[in-house]
Amino acid sequence: MPETRFTQEHEWIRMDGDTAVVGITDYAQQQLGDIVYVELPAVGKALKKGDEAAVVESVKAASEVYAPLSGTVAAVNEALAADPALVNQAAADAGWFLKLTGVAAAEFGQLMDEAAYKKYLAGLA
Amino acid sequence: MRYLPHTEADRRAMLAAIGAGSVDALYQDVAGSARLPGLLDLPRHQPEMTVERELAALAARNRPAGSMAFFQGAGAYRHHVPASVDHLIQRGEFLTSYTPYQPEVAQGTLQALFEFQTQVALISAMDVANASMYDGATAAAEAVMMANRLTRRRKALVAGGLHPHYREVIETYGRWGGFTVQAGAPDPTGIEDLVAGIDRETSCVVVQNPSVFGHISDHTALAEAAHAAGALLIVVVTEIVSLGLLTPPGEMGADIFAAEGQSIGNALNFGGPYLGLFATRDKYVRQMPGRLAGETVDADGRRGWVLTLSTREQHIRREKATSNICTNSGLCALAFTIHLSLLGEAGFTHLASLNHARAVQLAEKLGAVKGVTVLNPAFFNEFTVRLPKPAGAVVDRLLERGVLAGVPAQRLWPDRPELADLLLVAATETNTEADLDLFAGALVEVL
Repeated sequence: MPETRFTQEHEWIRMDGDTAVVGITDYAQQQLGDIVYVELPAVGKALKKGDEAAVVESVKAASEVYAPLSGTVAAVNEALAADPALVNQAAADAGWFLKLTGVAAAEFGQLMDEAAYKKYLAGLA
Repeated sequence: MRYLPHTEADRRAMLAAIGAGSVDALYQDVAGSARLPGLLDLPRHQPEMTVERELAALAARNRPAGSMAFFQGAGAYRHHVPASVDHLIQRGEFLTSYTPYQPEVAQGTLQALFEFQTQVALISAMDVANASMYDGATAAAEAVMMANRLTRRRKALVAGGLHPHYREVIETYGRWGGFTVQAGAPDPTGIEDLVAGIDRETSCVVVQNPSVFGHISDHTALAEAAHAAGALLIVVVTEIVSLGLLTPPGEMGADIFAAEGQSIGNALNFGGPYLGLFATRDKYVRQMPGRLAGETVDADGRRGWVLTLSTREQHIRREKATSNICTNSGLCALAFTIHLSLLGEAGFTHLASLNHARAVQLAEKLGAVKGVTVLNPAFFNEFTVRLPKPAGAVVDRLLERGVLAGVPAQRLWPDRPELADLLLVAATETNTEADLDLFAGALVEVL
């Protein structure tokens, strides 16, 4: 099982070989409520860590999703266009947003692991 | 006296807080020539009757459209608006609620907007229309920006048949919004080929139908060429009555429809307020600017209306909104909807037929005048004639004979002397046979 890491902005990042798969956490989808639209970046776009990578819209709000790592967009989850509710139903897998290549292992290593993220969430409650 | 609640100290404190040196500094983006250097030169006070007399004398210097044979068009059209339209829009429930900021309280306003959107979508043969924009030109510019977002490209290819004022508004948005405009030369003969101008950088092709010179075109092949290159087709309509007869943009493959709706329900109004119409395909609705009324049911299952997809809009999405428009032309849209409802589908088609028939009659009469050539093989209610003399001077002389004969092309393209002999002429259902004869007869005299 590849390791998953997390950000304070409630994104998850999973390394799949050299590719980082990015989505938002179950906590994030619960906070947002019914997700009605996900605006995804163009494939091939180079992102620096912290750049706006996507926008997720729920019935009440629009929130930016920031690139958790620097890299190049290799793929986006086209299934979200037809069925944005996938993010609510399966935030951690089928509801992924985008894949990044050319990421630095060191940047990945600086992100929170699952235990640290759980502790971070507990601190928010 | 003027009642202004702020003291000098208040103003200084506010200016200091935002780092502006003076109130005038807030207006530095407005060209000096557009600013008044001081107070208007008006008497301090006058008796009310004197003021009324003075204003009446000033107003009498206007030449109202209805006071003479009137053939002006080029983006603003004189049509008959039934008195019931003005009566109904002045009902307090409509007049005071205006654009909905606490939308669901004003169900009647939302229902009217929903009906408006339905009408716009139906006559344009598009899937979804918004609750209106400021006017046709800003709707066209918003359409270009929407195409830029959808295609992630930043170059618009603009037809030479597009009204130059619309082109200029698009260029202004481009100058500050970071996109380029590749514009065709004015196209009085209606033969321009835009397909060759489309490349991989092109976000959209903007055409007007009928064109500003009155030409009617089938844009189906252009839509296909644009789509093949990954670009969108934007069809602009400045005379909305034309859709009573012509193939609508949606049936020609248009992706975005941007139009001026003034002709239905709204008087010439000295050039504004007007009514921007905007519609697109379902799949693009997320990138559409403007307010959108939707139908739903309340907790008890009763039909009701809401503003929907608001996450596109500025009050939620802030600087990431699809547009900085957060209002609509509410009352003009209502007038449009009431007028179009009174006409009905058959009435709308009949109105369009009357317009076309009048224009055909006029073209025949003017074309029979020695030295005058009608340039259009096909037109709706507006066409272009080539005169044997500069059109501006001819229009001035016709005005002396009680005829407002149309818009000289030179007024729209001041830097194009080759267009000096061209005159854009419109006829509507408001023109009588006597008007047409007066025009043709006077033209013989002045040429």
